[in-house]
Formats: sequence, structure tokens, C-alpha cells
Amino acid sequence: MESKVLMKGNEAIGEGAIRAGCQAYFGYPITPQTELLEYMSHWMIELGRVFVQAESEIAAINMCYGAAAAGARVMTSSSSPGISLKQEGISYMAGAELPCVIVNVVRGGPGLGNIAPAQGDYFQATKGGGHGDYRLLVLAPASVQEAMDLTSLAFDLADKYRNPVMLLADGLIGQVMEPVHLHDWTPQFVAKPWALTGAAGREKNVIKSIYLQPEKMEPHVQHLQRKYAQMRSDEVRYAEMMVADADIVLVAYGTASRVCQTALKLARSEGLRVGLFRPISLFPFPIQQISDLAKSAKMFLVAELSSGQMVEDVRLAAAGKVPVHLVSRLGGMQLTPEEVLVAIKELGGNEGGAN
Amino acid sequence: MHEDIVLSGFGGQGVMFAGQLLAYAGLREGKHVAWVPSYGPEMRGGTAHVTVVVSDEEIGSLIVAHPTVAVVMNLPSFERFVPAVKPGGLLIVNSSLIAETVDRDDILTLRVPANDISLELGNDRLANMVMVGALLASRPVVSKESVVESLKKILPERRQRLLEINEQAMQRGIECSSPSRSSAQLTD
Repeated sequence: MESKVLMKGNEAIGEGAIRAGCQAYFGYPITPQTELLEYMSHWMIELGRVFVQAESEIAAINMCYGAAAAGARVMTSSSSPGISLKQEGISYMAGAELPCVIVNVVRGGPGLGNIAPAQGDYFQATKGGGHGDYRLLVLAPASVQEAMDLTSLAFDLADKYRNPVMLLADGLIGQVMEPVHLHDWTPQFVAKPWALTGAAGREKNVIKSIYLQPEKMEPHVQHLQRKYAQMRSDEVRYAEMMVADADIVLVAYGTASRVCQTALKLARSEGLRVGLFRPISLFPFPIQQISDLAKSAKMFLVAELSSGQMVEDVRLAAAGKVPVHLVSRLGGMQLTPEEVLVAIKELGGNEGGAN
Repeated sequence: MHEDIVLSGFGGQGVMFAGQLLAYAGLREGKHVAWVPSYGPEMRGGTAHVTVVVSDEEIGSLIVAHPTVAVVMNLPSFERFVPAVKPGGLLIVNSSLIAETVDRDDILTLRVPANDISLELGNDRLANMVMVGALLASRPVVSKESVVESLKKILPERRQRLLEINEQAMQRGIECSSPSRSSAQLTD
């Protein structure tokens, strides 16, 4: 049997970053992600890498800008209100094409909200958040193992696309302890001829997001869009459970998908044909896969810990072919498998489902 | 086998630690485990709880509304979790601190004077281990050996000398929850 260790999600994210060759971490404490900062404060120093507890979230993201411009693999992390503070820096990094991994261990909002797990930052993560015409690659772990694996992957993707990548976790994934297989990640380091490494003997490099002439800005933004198009074709990630014969397909990510996994079992044990589709990449969103499922399923039921944000993307992908319903809790309250099962039954999941 | 176990008590009663022991022991046996802490804005000295899921199958929901086992170490925990226990489930009450009776006949209740036993052993901080013993005797989710091995692993060097007394406390818990006593009739 492979050896596994018990880790908190926050620690696993830190370990995933370290194994992916993260050279510099800049952060600021906030519940429920502080164990990540704590983990990095120990291990980055131990390994002779850079750890800075910045004076603020804004300082931390701009330190990322600087270190990424110098060619380093960099990460920052926070939770919802702190991620809001970072948005200007994120937009600048997207504009300046700087690779960076940003971890959001989401809590209840809006505003200062509370420290309970929530999924209300989906729009912010996938639709912009900061200003301007940019996208982040967004990955959503549903287990502690995945928190580590996707964090490592995020570093490779950030370098590959010269774009910030966000790990969108939630308070529960951050706090829970689960067994983790510590992977041997081989980081896909890429040459960074664009980095600010000292211009002796070569043309100078310039890292900037400012293009005062619209004639120059348009081709730059078009270039960014081509990158996002490539992400849409190459970086869609998802998982499925028992969708082949499902009348009702549950759609959920992160913690809510774990709740749905149990709800699916309860439903199946009562003979209801229910499946689960779990987007792992939230941008790019698995549009084609959901569009295909809309041909075989009778309806979708989206489960979210928000008033319904991802449900809009599911509706776009289903394109009116089948109804898309929502079951949700707000403000840091948690969905239970029993609540999802009730929603399934209310939608007629018991019609014709019995064997 | 799938058990959703809630352990709840005052900060300092060792419920988080007891939960970790169970999770490590489950991991050691190749089971699926999850350790889910409550991390709300708790007060120092307030009540905290942890959910430990131990299963032969991949674990779905980390949110457990109705645990199959509740170990309650103080009165606020008793009041909160008695109504929550799943019908057919098991409630283990720290009778040293909780005199209240259980008004449900659809669950099994086990009363364990955990603090008294702990004091008898000459250390007032072993109540959690007594409760772990009582739990294992009634619901053998993991073996006693796995818990002892996990204890060896988790206890820091400077605390290894406490291994034996922890084991004793667990054994006392196991003894006071022999099947003849773990019936519903015992609920006063």
C-alpha cells in the first residue's frame, strides 16, 4: 500500500506549491487559510526560499508582480475579503502576462462576512474580478489530495500561459484533514526570455500593462484572448459519476460536490437515476461536456454554496435544451446530502427511476 | 462500514486530539478517513467539536448533520448532539459532568464517568482517552492496536512517557463499556 499522510487542505496546498518549485511566497493571515501561510513560513525558510509576511494583501500581490517579473515561481494566498484587495494587482499581472498562483480559500460574504466555507466568489474568480478584458485559469479542488495536486499543476499552467492561475478552494477544503499521497512532481519549467534578469549583453525587457495608444493595446488584448481560447480548448478538466443513465445530473464543484456524492448514493439506493458532473476547471468551464449531457439527461440540478453563480454557466452550456435547477445555501451555511436528496425528489427524481 | 463520529467538549478536553487519533488509526488500517474540525468563532474555553468519518468506501460529504456516533464531553455538547444522532446510532455521555437523562429511545446510550476514571489514574487529562476506549468497545471502527500505534506516532518526544497511562485510560474505557452495559436500559 502506498504510504499516505494526514494533512489539512491548507497544508497540502503549501506542500503542492513547494513540490512544484515555488520560489517565493508572499501572504497575509486571514481565516480560514492561515495554516497555509504558517506552513510556508516554516518550510520556505527551511528550504532557503523566499517567504514574506507582507504588511497587507495589496503589498503581497504586488510583491508577486515583482518576483514574477524577475522570473520566479510565485504564490500568494488569502480568503475572500483579502482576495478582493488583490484584484488590482491580479488585473495588472494578467495585463503584464505574469505567471502567478493565487489561492482563495473562500469564506462567507459579501463584505467581511464570516469564516465559514462558502462558494460566493465564483463570479469574481471566473469572470474577471479586477478590471479589464482578462481571464484567470481557475481550478477547484474537492479533496485535500486534489488541493495538493492542483496547486502543483497551477504553477506549470501559470508558466505555460504566462497568466495568473487561481486555486478556488473553500474553508472546508482548507480545514479538513484527509490522507494525502505526497506526489513527486516534476515541474515543467519553461525558459523565460522575457523576464527582468539584467540586460547586460541583450536588448532590455519591459514588463508592463500600460499601452497608452489604443492601436497598440488592441493587438495586445487580442493576443491575451488567443491565450484564453487555447485554454478553452486544452485545459478543460472535470470528473463524472454515474452520468451515463442519469435522468437528473447534479452539477457541483469543491465542497458542494462532496455533498452531492453522498446525495447521489442515497438517491441511487432508492432506485433514482442520478449522476454527478464535477467541473474541476471553472475557467475554462466544461461547456461541451455539459452540452453533451443535456442530450441524455432530463435536467440538471446545480448545488452551490452561493445564491447561484455557476448555475448561470450551466444554463449557458445547456442552452435551453433541458431545465437547470438550483439547490443552495448562503452566507456560510452548509448544504447537507439530505437537502440535496429532497431537491432531487421535488424535481420528480422518483418518476420512472425505480428499477 | 461507514461511521460519522462527532466528538464534542470544552476546549482542553482533548476532543480534537482524540479525533486525530481515530483518523490516524483509520489511515493506518488503509481505511478512508476525514477529520473535519469545527472552526467557528469559538471562545477560549468554549465548546468545540470535530467530525471524524471512517469508511471502507471513498468519503463523500464532509458535512454531517446526523452522526452515527456522538461522544459528548460536556453539557452544551449533550444538548446540541442528542437530537442530532442518527436513529439507531450511539451516544456516549461523559457522566462525570453530565447528569441529564436522554429522552430518546431510538438510540443506544452509554454513560462513562470519564473524568472520574481519569482522576483514578492520577491524571485529570485522560478523559478523552477513556471515551475513545468506550467508543472502540461499542463500535470497533479501528483496532485498539492501531490507536496505540498512532499515539506513538503523534505524541511528541517529550510526551512519549505518557504513552502507557494513555493506554491504561483507553483500556478502562473499553472495560466500562462491555456489551452487557451498552444497552438502552442503561439510559437511567
